[in-house]
Amino acid sequence: MSTTTPAQRAANGTADYLDQRTGLGKAVKEFARKTFPDHWSFLLGEIALYSFVVLIISGFFLTMFFVPSMALITHHGPPATMDGVLMSEAFSSTLHTSFEVRGGLLMRQIHHWAALLFMAAIVTHMMRVFFTGAFRKPRELNWLVGTLLMILGLGAGFTGYSLPDDVLSGNGLRITDGVIKSIPIIGSYMSYFVFGGEFPGEDIIPRLFTLHILVVPGLILALVGVHLLMVVLHKHTQYPGGGRTDKNVVGFPLFPVYVAKAGGFFFVVFGVIALMGATMAINNVWNYGPFDPSPVSAGAQPDWYMLFLEGSLRLMPGQPEFEFWGFTLSLNVLIPAVVIPGILFTFLFVYPFLEAAVTKDKREHHVLDRPRNVPVRTGLGVAFLTAFIILALAGSNDLIATHFSMSLNQITWAFRILIFVGPWFAFWITKRICLGLQRKDRELVLHGHETGRIVRFANGEYIEVHRPLDEQERWLRVNYDAHRPLEVAPATDSRGVRRKGYASERRLSRLSSFFYEDRVEPVTPAELAAAHSHGSHDELETDTTSEPQQIDSGRAH
Amino acid sequence: MSDEKSSTELTSGHPEKFTDPGMPEHRQRRADVEPAASKRAERQVAALFGISVIGTIGSMVAYFAIRPDGTTAGTRLSNLTLGLGIAFALLGIGLAAVHWAKAIMSDHEVVEERHEQRSPDDVREAAVQKLDDGIADSGIARRGVLKGAALSALALFPLTIAVPLVSSVGGDWNVSKFRHTRWEKGMRLATDPTGRPIRAADVTMGNVFHVIPDVSEEERESHEWITEKAKAVVLLVRMDPRDLKEAPDREGWSYDGIVAYSKICTHVGCPVALYEQQTHHLLCPCHQSTFDVADGAKVVFGPAHRPLPQLPIEIDDEGYLVAQSDFHEPVGPSYWERLK
Repeated sequence: MSTTTPAQRAANGTADYLDQRTGLGKAVKEFARKTFPDHWSFLLGEIALYSFVVLIISGFFLTMFFVPSMALITHHGPPATMDGVLMSEAFSSTLHTSFEVRGGLLMRQIHHWAALLFMAAIVTHMMRVFFTGAFRKPRELNWLVGTLLMILGLGAGFTGYSLPDDVLSGNGLRITDGVIKSIPIIGSYMSYFVFGGEFPGEDIIPRLFTLHILVVPGLILALVGVHLLMVVLHKHTQYPGGGRTDKNVVGFPLFPVYVAKAGGFFFVVFGVIALMGATMAINNVWNYGPFDPSPVSAGAQPDWYMLFLEGSLRLMPGQPEFEFWGFTLSLNVLIPAVVIPGILFTFLFVYPFLEAAVTKDKREHHVLDRPRNVPVRTGLGVAFLTAFIILALAGSNDLIATHFSMSLNQITWAFRILIFVGPWFAFWITKRICLGLQRKDRELVLHGHETGRIVRFANGEYIEVHRPLDEQERWLRVNYDAHRPLEVAPATDSRGVRRKGYASERRLSRLSSFFYEDRVEPVTPAELAAAHSHGSHDELETDTTSEPQQIDSGRAH
Repeated sequence: MSDEKSSTELTSGHPEKFTDPGMPEHRQRRADVEPAASKRAERQVAALFGISVIGTIGSMVAYFAIRPDGTTAGTRLSNLTLGLGIAFALLGIGLAAVHWAKAIMSDHEVVEERHEQRSPDDVREAAVQKLDDGIADSGIARRGVLKGAALSALALFPLTIAVPLVSSVGGDWNVSKFRHTRWEKGMRLATDPTGRPIRAADVTMGNVFHVIPDVSEEERESHEWITEKAKAVVLLVRMDPRDLKEAPDREGWSYDGIVAYSKICTHVGCPVALYEQQTHHLLCPCHQSTFDVADGAKVVFGPAHRPLPQLPIEIDDEGYLVAQSDFHEPVGPSYWERLK
């Protein structure tokens, strides 16, 4: 403190001023060197956050020029094909933004690409959280907040996609109207509620605009705040490894490492999106023209995150529409558009609680699971993704048909079958792969890595030398819990009286068996010692003796 | 057998689980040990920041030098140059900061303790005590009427906003408008979008016409038109009368092999725009519901359930195609009270 530069003096003065008025020092002491673990997969959530910031910046730019009105006007100005055409002010102002506002088209394309990336980052971030078990106690509530954020993201995308009022987005709204009308009893009134009268009316664009720039982003912003606050409260999870436990967090300090890394990463994400906006055209609405209820083009796909709904609608056969007592129940629309997404979202909402129930696990978890070590969870996750991908592909069945010159009807039938068989098969194969990888882990721990070095003994016998695992790698492969199915107490108590709650306990135990009946236990020190005690021949172990004894392969899957 | 025996013997004296070996040894980076490598990393970071500055300058040059001329190509060029400038400006900053953090900043991991989320018992007790004190102070426990009155007031208040909102948000709430379209007896069929009336003689075999009601140009430029058009669009096809299967109650709805069907899909309302001449099939491009025009527009594939509603047509004195009436059922997607 002997010599201070003017800059330091100014900084000290500002800090003193703020601290006297806000107690800022306490927060800086608490958070400046807060530790975060490092892993590339932790960046997925960051990409989502930064895309959202890019969406706000580019979205603000667009609101300066967009006119959310369905009033009919004659467009004057570029492009030449649209000059003098009767259209809504919304569409006209979109053309104006694209062709006459410099950087306007760039901001539109940046906004659209950022939206696609936002949803992609959310989905992959959820996959990371799911497959590593990061949703376990104490983070179940944050999983719920995250799932809500994903649904709000879909809402933001849907409301924004419809704003330019072009032919494609208008048809998207038309489908929405059809889906709303299929809701029993109140469907027609819900349609009027949304459109302010008959489809399309004159209210829907201003209404969607308010939702898109105020309500939905406001909710997202609030929930992002909650989401991040909980990350700070819980401290970040970490991948398993030496020195990493449920009682500590190992990583780098926020200041300066993550200020630079995460701050820098924002610019990288923004830069990549800007590059996409500069080089890749997206949603050239002037090629489609303003909304008109009559024309529609084939090969029109919604944005990728909505494809699963589109595919769901396409796959459903038309038969289950029923008429009774003069009323119409359109299950051919209701099932694919409401029930199927309902099931998918319900699975996401309840899964953490389901797994906690069948595991009877009340501990806090901060060290992540390797996906192989929880085979049924991993299998269910892959089955879920398979269903999502099959539906999304079904939403592109016309493109598949034209690109590969196949029959549209046959493709649709194939997907109708696949949507039932695919997830089941994906579950089965994933679970088997996980169990196989766990056995491989055991094999490696017990017998080491193959070195490819063949040695001949004096008696003529050949062996391959195996290199034992170092203790870090061994720890990685043995440090996990192989949960066992819940045992259910007898139906009657000691005096032969039927116990209350037996039936529900048995149901839970059955579900628990589904989760943990097939399992591979980690190697114990005793097993390792036993493997080594075979003497110099132990490296020769073949599959027959290394078969793990702890596998209960009761049920055939 | 002998294996099993030896393994049980060995169990004694071994811990049940392996122990955590602790943090792996720290490995130094090249920049930590070689001053030259450290200097190089520093130069790289500075160069990346430099690229950012060049990117910003480039975007400004692009902004002023390349004026979009209103053509698509001109707009694209402006978009590309401006966008590349911005991308370099951003990526330069981002990559410089990340490289700085990875190559120059300390990479010694630190360990921080975690604490259980749960509050300690004494804190919990104190919290409960505070709530109890508050409840006691408010006196709510002893005054049931007060509790009921407060809850009622709070529960009812939202009505003051909800009722006016709901009363207006759905327009006139007259959902029976779904039943009627602009078609009426004697209204001519006109081409979409030009609005030129169609003579029966203009419709050649296998030809398809996209049809709207023949209304005044004024009406077609009004705000209400898009909503009317969304219900009234029709597809007109002429086929060999021998190919046409007509239900007994619909005889006389066609004219000399010309049939007119609503273009609004009975699934979720997309325009059914694709006609295949050979098979007489109409395909909805949205969800691929397929209708057989030769057989009452019945569904032959896809998620729709009902045939497309048919518009009964005839010709007037001048040979123009006209509607005999409105559709006999609501067009478009199904809804609960459709048949009422």
